[in-house]
Amino acid sequence: MENLIGLLVAAPLLGAALLLCGGRRLDGKGHYIGTVLAAASFVIGAVLFAEMLGRGEHDRALHSKVFSWIPVGGFRADVAFQLDQLSMTFVLLITGVGTLIHIYSIGYMEHDERRRRFFGYLNLFLAAMLLLVLADNYLLLYVGWEGVGLASYLLIGFWQHKPSAATAAKKAFIVNRVGDVGLSIAIMLMFTTFGTFTFAPVLTNVDHASEGKLTAIGLMLLLAACGKSAQVPLQSWLGDAMEGPTPVSALIHAATMVTAGVYLITRSGAIFNAAPDAQTAVVTVGAVTLLFGAIVGCAKDDIKKALAGSTMSQIGYMILAAGLGPIGYVFAIMHLVTHGFFKAGLFLGAGSVMHAMNDEVDMRKYGALRKYMPVTFVTFGLGYLAIIGFPGLSGFWSKDKIIEAAFAKGGTEGWILGGAALLGAAITAYYMTRVMLLTFFGEKRWVPDEAGQEPHPHESPSSMTIPMMVLAVGSVFAGGLFSLNDSFLKWLEPVTGHSHGDSPLSAAAVTGGTMVVLLIGVALAWMQYGRRPVPRTAPRGSLLTRAARRDLLQDDFNHVALVKPGQYLTRGLVYVDHKLVDGVVNGTAAGVGGLSGRLRKLQNGYARTYAVSMFGGTAVLIAATLLMRAV
Amino acid sequence: MTHAATVHSLWTTAAAAPDKIPSPDIEYGQLSPTLIVLGAAIVGVLIEALLPRRQRYVAQVFVSVVALAAAFAAVIGLAAGDYGTSKAHVAAMGAIAVDGPALFLQGTILLVALVAVFTFAERRLDPLVHGNRVDSFAAQAAAVPGGDAEKAAVKAGFTTTEVFPLVLFAVGGMLVFPSANDLLTLFVALEVFSLPLYVLCALARRHRALSQEAAVKYFLLGAFSSAFLLFGIALLYGYAGTVTYSGIADVVDGQVRNVTPALAGTMGNDALLLIGGAMVLMGLLFKIGAVPFHMWTPDVYQGAPTPVTGFMAAATKVAAFGALLRLLYVVLPGLRWDWRPVMWGVAIVTMLGGAIVAVTQTDVKRLLAYSSIAHAGFILAGVIATTPDGVSSVLFYLAAYSFVTLGAFAVVTLVRDAGGEATHLSKWAGLGRRSPLVAAVFAVFLLAFAGIPLTSGFAGKFAVFKAAADGGAGALVVIGVISSAIAAFFYIRVIVLMFFSEPRTDGPSVAVPSPLTSSAIAIGVAVTLVLGVAPQYFLDLASQAGVFVR
Repeated sequence: MENLIGLLVAAPLLGAALLLCGGRRLDGKGHYIGTVLAAASFVIGAVLFAEMLGRGEHDRALHSKVFSWIPVGGFRADVAFQLDQLSMTFVLLITGVGTLIHIYSIGYMEHDERRRRFFGYLNLFLAAMLLLVLADNYLLLYVGWEGVGLASYLLIGFWQHKPSAATAAKKAFIVNRVGDVGLSIAIMLMFTTFGTFTFAPVLTNVDHASEGKLTAIGLMLLLAACGKSAQVPLQSWLGDAMEGPTPVSALIHAATMVTAGVYLITRSGAIFNAAPDAQTAVVTVGAVTLLFGAIVGCAKDDIKKALAGSTMSQIGYMILAAGLGPIGYVFAIMHLVTHGFFKAGLFLGAGSVMHAMNDEVDMRKYGALRKYMPVTFVTFGLGYLAIIGFPGLSGFWSKDKIIEAAFAKGGTEGWILGGAALLGAAITAYYMTRVMLLTFFGEKRWVPDEAGQEPHPHESPSSMTIPMMVLAVGSVFAGGLFSLNDSFLKWLEPVTGHSHGDSPLSAAAVTGGTMVVLLIGVALAWMQYGRRPVPRTAPRGSLLTRAARRDLLQDDFNHVALVKPGQYLTRGLVYVDHKLVDGVVNGTAAGVGGLSGRLRKLQNGYARTYAVSMFGGTAVLIAATLLMRAV
Repeated sequence: MTHAATVHSLWTTAAAAPDKIPSPDIEYGQLSPTLIVLGAAIVGVLIEALLPRRQRYVAQVFVSVVALAAAFAAVIGLAAGDYGTSKAHVAAMGAIAVDGPALFLQGTILLVALVAVFTFAERRLDPLVHGNRVDSFAAQAAAVPGGDAEKAAVKAGFTTTEVFPLVLFAVGGMLVFPSANDLLTLFVALEVFSLPLYVLCALARRHRALSQEAAVKYFLLGAFSSAFLLFGIALLYGYAGTVTYSGIADVVDGQVRNVTPALAGTMGNDALLLIGGAMVLMGLLFKIGAVPFHMWTPDVYQGAPTPVTGFMAAATKVAAFGALLRLLYVVLPGLRWDWRPVMWGVAIVTMLGGAIVAVTQTDVKRLLAYSSIAHAGFILAGVIATTPDGVSSVLFYLAAYSFVTLGAFAVVTLVRDAGGEATHLSKWAGLGRRSPLVAAVFAVFLLAFAGIPLTSGFAGKFAVFKAAADGGAGALVVIGVISSAIAAFFYIRVIVLMFFSEPRTDGPSVAVPSPLTSSAIAIGVAVTLVLGVAPQYFLDLASQAGVFVR
């Protein structure tokens, strides 16, 4: 069984190698190869899952050492996998959603001449992501971490002929580097503290390390998580990442890669449990981001950017939950999985709409599409209900638990976090209702595209609708299934641990409150976008709206706080280099040259001069020798 | 005893016991390298006298190559017979030392000479003159440049095959020079190798006036320095009452105080020792080309036929540094607190002077001449270390440097235009585009001169500087590194010129050499790279050979 774990990673890796090195020969069948290998990985995952269920809950973890990677003296790093319940959850999510999105992409990318390459990158992403969640040590995790970063970069910039896509890819890469530095520092700190970076010895020896060191490690891990999961303050790249093809947005920038930060924090739970200050930082980041993303989502007219804001916000929930410690880990992961279903579904729905509307992304130019695209409408609608937390659907179960856990944190902190989570739920209801109304209801506001082509919306081909349907089913039922008998809690508890907080509010009160804010949010959106006609061009809006349209000034802030000073610094350094360093260098060179020119005049060609030089030299030699003795 | 009586007693003593002069006891086997080379030189003279003109070239080349190879084999044989280590001693009645440094340097000189003979024998670089192949040397040295006699000699196809016995004589002197164990032998060896070099310098086929001027300058200044050396020897004799190295050393150390009656007034007088020592040093520093005794170098290097320049630059330096090492380590170790500061000064001005003046040179041969001055300074840094590591690092540096030099000058012979070798740097512009291989080879030599890692220049410089630093001359190393940086500028500038400049339309062409020059260059490159990549074996060899016999 252990040997199958390696195959999980190997299958998509093989696909990536074949598709990226295979050349034009594979153009015709590349997408099938990619899809089949992704599906193969899913089947292996399913087999391992079934096998894992057959074992007692405390010996479910599997280990598999592939080879010794860096054996240097006392230092050892292995390529070794660890498949426990947490990894298993991710494996099924990644390969499951991944396979669906491969299938969807067959239709979506049909007219793209670089489709083979696209599938190669997708497979590369799957392999790297699986490596990330299957690694049994932080160093190998780091390899996967960088691998998904690379795949993300390649896929955001897939349409590299568009300058906006190329820029977005670079932005994502650079912002992620900041987080990656955090992870590498965390790993170095771990090595100096524990002498190893394998999960098991690090996480069981937390007691032996000082809290200060653990806090430092925790904060660095949080920095890494912020980068990968687009959390404040490293959130700025996610909105632009929507430049990538929509399946990429669905898989990488909604369902899987961006949740890697949540995985990292949950996996390192023992460290955070022992470092309360780091935990406070985590919940702060989570709470701020969940509001930040939600507010941004309210103002965006670009359907994908609205969804991106939503993703940021939902991951904020997960980070918040993970920061709560053992009260929240399970729910963070549970929300992660349900979010994986409904957000991937929503993105695929958005892709389907764009496909139908000549790649138009402005929701103000949609409207009334429910009649033309019934399947998309229904699946998107189910995803919508799931994300706002409609009772009984997936989002309801997982989000409710997080809000409950936030309150259960206790004290003022609990009230603040719970309040933020509740407020976030209201805003979520508002902006998602807005998306729904603008896209599928109201009047037609369609405009011809640049070529003068009137849009003729039509339902997408079945290769696209079937994955949407499957994800819709997950959006509806996954949450309920997980909550049945607390099955997900029991499944994950052996790995993450769990404790019930001491909530000041009863579960029923929280649920009731959530329902109330949900209704308020929906009602507000309906009043604004359902009752009145929607203008094609956005009104000027309030100050907050305008700020939110500009992603709450994130780029302006980065520009002023980081880019400008950086530019001044480099300019200053260039100035110093030119004037001072080059000045000294050139001055020295000129000095040597001048001296050389003067000295060579001594070499006048007359033997008599040479003889005098020798004579004088000898005299000095003798004098110096005698002088040495005299001294 | 009155002065007259002293003289009288000396006279009578000498006259009274003529039979007390011991009959010389010569270890011919141990001196065989020198004897083979000198014997071959005499054979060469006989060839000139007895063989018809047309056969002389082949016969001379054959004799030279065989003799040098055989002498080298003899050196190896002696080294294998432990004469470099456990059996090291002073042979030939105290005149010649047979020890590690001597054998190492003799081996180096012989190999250098062997490769140099290849470049001497090159006859394919110039187009045929009146149907005859010509080499780098004048048709008839005695003919007035541009005169009728010269034209007749050229037409008749004369060649100066005397260069081969001249080289052999020079090599013979050079073999004795670093192993000389008394001051008179030292002087005789100096003259034996200098005189043929003066003649060789005058033999260039092109630019004969420049060549003859160089030879005259070299001769005048060489004679001048020999005078100093000789006077220094006299003073040292006055101080110690003996000219043998070990004898002088004993007196310096204060172990021997027996007063020769005739020298009672001078013996043990430190002023004589210091002045005499400084003058002998000066004679050697002249041969090394150390500042301020270096001024002959650029003129002579430029004027001499390029193969001769290469030979001189490589072999003379090896021989002279060998003699300097022996003098400082065997004769004057007791005096090192006096000579070290002085040598510090010489090393500093030599390193800096050579490097700085080279910056503005426009002629390849003069550039290499100043470069050789700077290198002399670097090697002096190793000499000053006064440790066994210092000796071995100098030995290694000499071996490495001499092959780079030979190779570099051999490349210079290839780049030609209508006037012969195109030595003006501006003509080398863009050479890398036209003749990438030649330019690349020259670049390797330049990088080795500059001391870039993976070339022998780096290994040598590192060894020398390390020895100097360990020997307490850290400041000297700092100055050495600064000089290296300055020197790197003009080496790299030539590389830039060759590879990154547009070729001139009237630029030179690269002659296709015969296998002789090709193999000389190839050996240069090979040694440069081998000593650069895997220097350890040779460093070990040099450190085994680093102990002087006394």
